[in-house]
Amino acid sequence: MPARFGVVVFPGSNCEQDCHYAARLVGAQAAYIWHQDTDVSKYDAIILPGGFSYGDYLRTGAVAKFSPVMDAILDFVDKGGLVIGICNGFQILLEAGLLPGAMLRNRDLKFICRYTDLVVENNQTNFTNKALSGELIRLPIAHNEGNYYADEEALGEMAANGQVVLRYCDARGTVNDDANPNGSLQNIAGIVNRQGNVFGLMPHPERAIEDVLGSSDGQMIFKSMISAVSK
Amino acid sequence: MAALYEELGLTTEEYKKIKSILKREPTDVELSMYSVMWSEHCSYKSSRPVLKGFPTKGPRILQGPGENAGIIDIGDGMAIAMKIESHNHPSAIEPYQGAATGVGGILRDIFTMGARPIALLDPLYFGELKNDRVKHIFEGVVEGIAGYGNCTGVPTIAGSVNFEECYEGNPLVNVMAVGLMRQDKITKGIASGEGNVVIVFGNKTGRDGIGGVSVLASQEFTAKSAAKRPSVQVGDPFTEKLCIEASLELIDNDLVVGLQDFGGAGLTCATCETASRADMGMEIDVRLVEQREPNMEAFEIMVSESQERMLAICTPENRERVLAVCRRWGLDAGVIGHVTGDGLLRVKDNGVVVGEMPAHSLADEAILYNRPAKKPAYLAEVQGFDARAVKHPKDIGKSLMRLVTSPNLCSRHWVYEQYDHMVQTNTAVLPGSDAGVLRLKDSKKAIALTVDGNGRYCYLDPFVGAQIAVAEAARNVVASGAVPLAITDCLNFGNPEKPENFWQFKEAVRGMGAACTAFGTPVTGGNVSFYNEWQKGAIYPTPVVGMLGLIDDVNKRMTAGFKKEGHVIAVIGETLPELGGSEYLKVIHKKVAGRCPALDLNKERHMHAVVLEAIKLGLIVSAHDLSEGGLAMALAESCMLSGLGARVSPDSAERSDLEVNEWLFSESQSRMLVSLPEKSMFLFDRIIHNSRVKHAYIGRVGGDDLVIDDILNISILEMTKAWRGTLECLIS
Repeated sequence: MPARFGVVVFPGSNCEQDCHYAARLVGAQAAYIWHQDTDVSKYDAIILPGGFSYGDYLRTGAVAKFSPVMDAILDFVDKGGLVIGICNGFQILLEAGLLPGAMLRNRDLKFICRYTDLVVENNQTNFTNKALSGELIRLPIAHNEGNYYADEEALGEMAANGQVVLRYCDARGTVNDDANPNGSLQNIAGIVNRQGNVFGLMPHPERAIEDVLGSSDGQMIFKSMISAVSK
Repeated sequence: MAALYEELGLTTEEYKKIKSILKREPTDVELSMYSVMWSEHCSYKSSRPVLKGFPTKGPRILQGPGENAGIIDIGDGMAIAMKIESHNHPSAIEPYQGAATGVGGILRDIFTMGARPIALLDPLYFGELKNDRVKHIFEGVVEGIAGYGNCTGVPTIAGSVNFEECYEGNPLVNVMAVGLMRQDKITKGIASGEGNVVIVFGNKTGRDGIGGVSVLASQEFTAKSAAKRPSVQVGDPFTEKLCIEASLELIDNDLVVGLQDFGGAGLTCATCETASRADMGMEIDVRLVEQREPNMEAFEIMVSESQERMLAICTPENRERVLAVCRRWGLDAGVIGHVTGDGLLRVKDNGVVVGEMPAHSLADEAILYNRPAKKPAYLAEVQGFDARAVKHPKDIGKSLMRLVTSPNLCSRHWVYEQYDHMVQTNTAVLPGSDAGVLRLKDSKKAIALTVDGNGRYCYLDPFVGAQIAVAEAARNVVASGAVPLAITDCLNFGNPEKPENFWQFKEAVRGMGAACTAFGTPVTGGNVSFYNEWQKGAIYPTPVVGMLGLIDDVNKRMTAGFKKEGHVIAVIGETLPELGGSEYLKVIHKKVAGRCPALDLNKERHMHAVVLEAIKLGLIVSAHDLSEGGLAMALAESCMLSGLGARVSPDSAERSDLEVNEWLFSESQSRMLVSLPEKSMFLFDRIIHNSRVKHAYIGRVGGDDLVIDDILNISILEMTKAWRGTLECLIS
């Protein structure tokens, strides 16, 4: 039986259809979860898609964490279910306390949409098990607030536990300032929680899903998830 | 003291006509409603007689001008809806909100018809980036488009940015939206069926944007215009996104008879147009409209331009289901009246009739003006300039670098990287090539979209300039491998009451019409924006063309960058000594003068056919249209887009009596720069031979530099750095 992916729809989400499409493309079943639903137990994995949930008027992701579906998702995470938050979804995971750190406005105070090069730092996670160690991938970013911040202690803990999964790098794989699009601390682009079942990332794997779009590197992430839940 | 009707922008003649329609004095509410509906912006009273000359029909045209958007058949039961609009004056006063609400308005025109918006394109024209005010407008407009478009989840995939002094006090902010739909879901703004229910949903109605179309859009711009800031509306893209989803859900479930957005002239326009299209009447009560603030007067509710509001007409049986869908999306929704059979728009305030007039009279019976037109005197002088007589600087490499780093030709990534251009995962050609290309999911097909318009050419010759706008749009679409299908147009001009401006307008419309006929690309609707003037007079006449093209196989899409070392470079078409109105003349010689390039519509068409055939047969691997900056700039761009160099030699036969600067920088029309593997040359030659088109092989792709004999030698790396850095540098 194919893996069952649930894609949460908040008012103002705008990547839910893209995620739905991507999940099906790599062989999963996909269905939408309305933000007022209170039971998500029938899914193997949940995607919090990008967009501007509730208009992001207070602070990105700040209102979404209060929606009924988030209680169900907390429960789902407790039980070990896989949750991936992309872009605004990552911001929601931070606001909900499911991942450490916070998101600031981009260094240049502008929205940035473009392809970025990324290095997979940890290929032993539920979300990257199909990647090679240190593999370079290309995924687009599109955000105003992707400047990741965490305090020293949190950073140290993440490093010790291999929680930093993706970093922005140049085309040769070097992690440096020039390759940092948004000012993110240590070029961090994606992290997992300590238990390894919650993944937040600013780049959009669902946008790099077919060669016609310029890259199909995003498939690796969804395929890794399928492989993780099929065990 | 001026009479109320004058303050509202109506003329004495118009006031008399209102009295004769009503056979009595109008009430204040009625007067306000006529003033907005009969404004230039809503009634097209100056332009309508001229626009009749446009070709609007064709086998693929499912909906031409007159509805919220044009609709084009793309086969397989699918259709594209598209429309372009201007938001010039609001953007001059309040750049961020002016541009943002422009995006909102044009998106509503698309999803109102039942199409999901899939693309935005923004042709923008600003003053030169020399003072802080222009920079402020430029940055604000780009951020406004980004802020609104990004939030609604519609990718901004193409556009144009132009800088010219004539737009300094009156920028042009045009926005085009494109939607994809099933043909059986086409929905119209029509209030049919006596007794049907009229529902307003979306935002609450406030006092913002009162008189936007009459006071702001239909008068000249003066120093006092800043006082009109309250006439600019404030956008809420989050609510817009909810309106998109709610509207499409209503249409998907066949719950509505008609759907119309609130644009200029607000509730007045939405009610009278829907009733008028159905030959019906409508009765509404303004107190039933959800209001943002207490004690709004009836006329304010009728003309408010608060954003993100929709009007739905449904049967009484579907009423609760419609309201439920809207509320599920968190939107205000309520019944405000019903459709009547008497043809009258009856406006009540808490049950008391405050206005009653034939819906037709508001929507369709504004007095049309046959404005006088006179050829402007400046033309003889500017056209008399002999561009062949200019002295060319010796260092041609330096001339090219000045073009590469000119505000009009440098890289636009600073702009388009602020726009989300990849959401919806259809963008098959990223911004920066000749046209934006979107693949259509569940199909092999793709569409190509572009916006073009060169004000400088139109200033020198509005007839030819407008033809070139259509030709260049078609060329961009063709360079992407697409067959041109149809256009939408935004006609930006000065005050039409001045005969010189009106002459430019008539000439431009005539030129566009002729070009559209020649290319088989009918006009599916658009927008006319007059009164674009400031202290230094009118803007250059600037007709802007938004074009749709269709690609049968997305894998055959074409891009502008060179592909591989060793490929042969060819120019299709003929280069003539045509520096008049060119970017070279402006940048190097500080002149906007001469004759704009000539255009032979047949030659242009033949060139398109050759390029499309060569793409179809897989012979060429890059195609780039030759336009501003001429051959030299096209070569530079094809190199920079690929990171590959090129070695080029002026072909002696082809440039017989051309001075080398003319060969490099002339903006002759109907040309294309292509590259191809050597093995394709034989077949390529045969295609060309069988056509009436000329071509010349001018060099090869390769190396790290652009080398043109001993004339110039520039590193692509250095060139790219300068090209990409220019805009950012000019702003900071």
